[in-house]
Amino acid sequence: MSQQRFIKSTLAAGAAPVFVPVLVVVVVLALAASSVLPAWASLGGDTASIQADQLHMQGSLTSKASITTAQSYTVHEIQAATGTVVREYLSPEGKVFAVAWHGPRMPDLRQLLGGYFESYQTAVQARSGVRMARKPIMIDQPGLVVQIGGHLRAFSGKAYVPDALPSNVRAEDIQ
Amino acid sequence: MKALRICISLTTCVVCAFLIACGGGSSSSTNPIAPVTTNVAAISVDGGPLGDYPDAAFASVTVCVPGTSNCQTVDGVLVDTGSFGLRILSSALTTVSLTQQTDTSGNPVAECFVFLDSYTWGPVQTADVEIAGEKASSTPIQVLSDTDFIAPSSCTSSGFGSADTLETLGANGILGVGLAAQDCGNPCPASFDQYYGCPSSTGCQPIEQPLTQQVVNPVALFAKDNNGVIVELPAVSSGGESSVSGSLVFGIGTQSNNGLGSATVYTAPEGSLTTTYNGTAYPESFIDSGSNGYFFLDSALTGLTNCGNSSDAPGFYCPGSTTSFTATNQGSGAASGAVKFSIANAETLFASQNNFALGDLGGVSSNAPPYFFDWGLPFFFGQNVFVAIEGASTPGGTGPYWAY
Repeated sequence: MSQQRFIKSTLAAGAAPVFVPVLVVVVVLALAASSVLPAWASLGGDTASIQADQLHMQGSLTSKASITTAQSYTVHEIQAATGTVVREYLSPEGKVFAVAWHGPRMPDLRQLLGGYFESYQTAVQARSGVRMARKPIMIDQPGLVVQIGGHLRAFSGKAYVPDALPSNVRAEDIQ
Repeated sequence: MKALRICISLTTCVVCAFLIACGGGSSSSTNPIAPVTTNVAAISVDGGPLGDYPDAAFASVTVCVPGTSNCQTVDGVLVDTGSFGLRILSSALTTVSLTQQTDTSGNPVAECFVFLDSYTWGPVQTADVEIAGEKASSTPIQVLSDTDFIAPSSCTSSGFGSADTLETLGANGILGVGLAAQDCGNPCPASFDQYYGCPSSTGCQPIEQPLTQQVVNPVALFAKDNNGVIVELPAVSSGGESSVSGSLVFGIGTQSNNGLGSATVYTAPEGSLTTTYNGTAYPESFIDSGSNGYFFLDSALTGLTNCGNSSDAPGFYCPGSTTSFTATNQGSGAASGAVKFSIANAETLFASQNNFALGDLGGVSSNAPPYFFDWGLPFFFGQNVFVAIEGASTPGGTGPYWAY
């Protein structure tokens, strides 16, 4: 596996009340198709887990990830082969505290949620209420929040660990 | 048991058709509902086969071994304008054995179809599909079964549960009559993990699936009336009704009974429209008869109280009193129109256990961006909603669009 790095600086455009310098790092990874990396968990995992996710979602020779460094966390964006975009939020301590996605296909949440997948799966499959319900998904537990919506060919969603959010990060920032 | 259920349904349909023909039943609806005829199937919002499914419309669909008169009529099939293609529970197909589709290697083909809250899994088989007087010959459909073939982990990676039984689906099948014809794309690559070749029941591997082999909206294969559908349901009184009957009309502007009339066309090239509420535009909104409520925004943006997580209606809204809203829909074109609707307390609505047509049922769509409006089945009560298929020519232009 070889890596090339291109680094450039820019300024955040827009919404933040305070202008926050943002460092944009574009990493182009040339990955051998036959490479096998451990399928580390992403949510709760480290930078290496993001690369594992990227490999898992691409399955192709070349891929690109852009890494945006804001004040308190970095966002790693992966364009999956399916057209779905996945963003992974990495804390200053190097742990993934949130993932978000949008695009034509659901991402592999077993891969993206890692150790959180089982509790998510239990919650998402639990039949609740007295009537059949076909509606967007919202799981709001003390240790895990998952939201999935959209329509066929345009899925969107996010998952995060509330206790792991950096102090100045709001749930709305994850998308 | 199954045969008895079908008989009851057919009797009900005949009675419904009679009532509609005689003046529209007891509803205060003002929208015209086409009588059942060759291009019109009866639909009903009645709780479905299990009697636990509010705000869902059901139809009867007949599937036949291709080219034969060996057929079975399946009732309780969910009418879903949010998906594409016919899917029927394996357990509901009791008297016909349809033709298994095979891939280029000669292996049986199975499909994993991921919805927004569940997935369906099972073999792709070919049937002649008959609804009302319309027929779609040699149509690939999905037969839902967790046991004929075993869903591989790439199919279950959404974490969703399967909806392949009556208990989990709440219906005997899904009739996807939405904005698209085929249910994947041209072609459907193996990387999508949607179609699988299955040399053995536990050995399914993703395959690329050409367009013509994909599960398809049967309407697109009809010999005529094949450019879309109209879902016609009467208005529902506040507080809900036990059931209402309506029509699923095939074709747009192809017969005297399916003209656009004064309906506004909302073009939807990406399968979505923009809903504006309280000055904010939500461009990823959509109309979907398969969602069983108005799902929009969250408690903070609507001022509506959420039903408790341990209540009888988690995820729905439970306001102290029925609350009215006005929003504006706009397609990709210039046309726009206001939508007025109301949200009542879902727990109160559900407490009337025999009421399944609930016009004021709603819930949360997301509690953080991206926010959106999911105009579910209550949106269809009291107004005829046209669904034009992608690429199909109609008097209102080329699909995909919604019109109402």
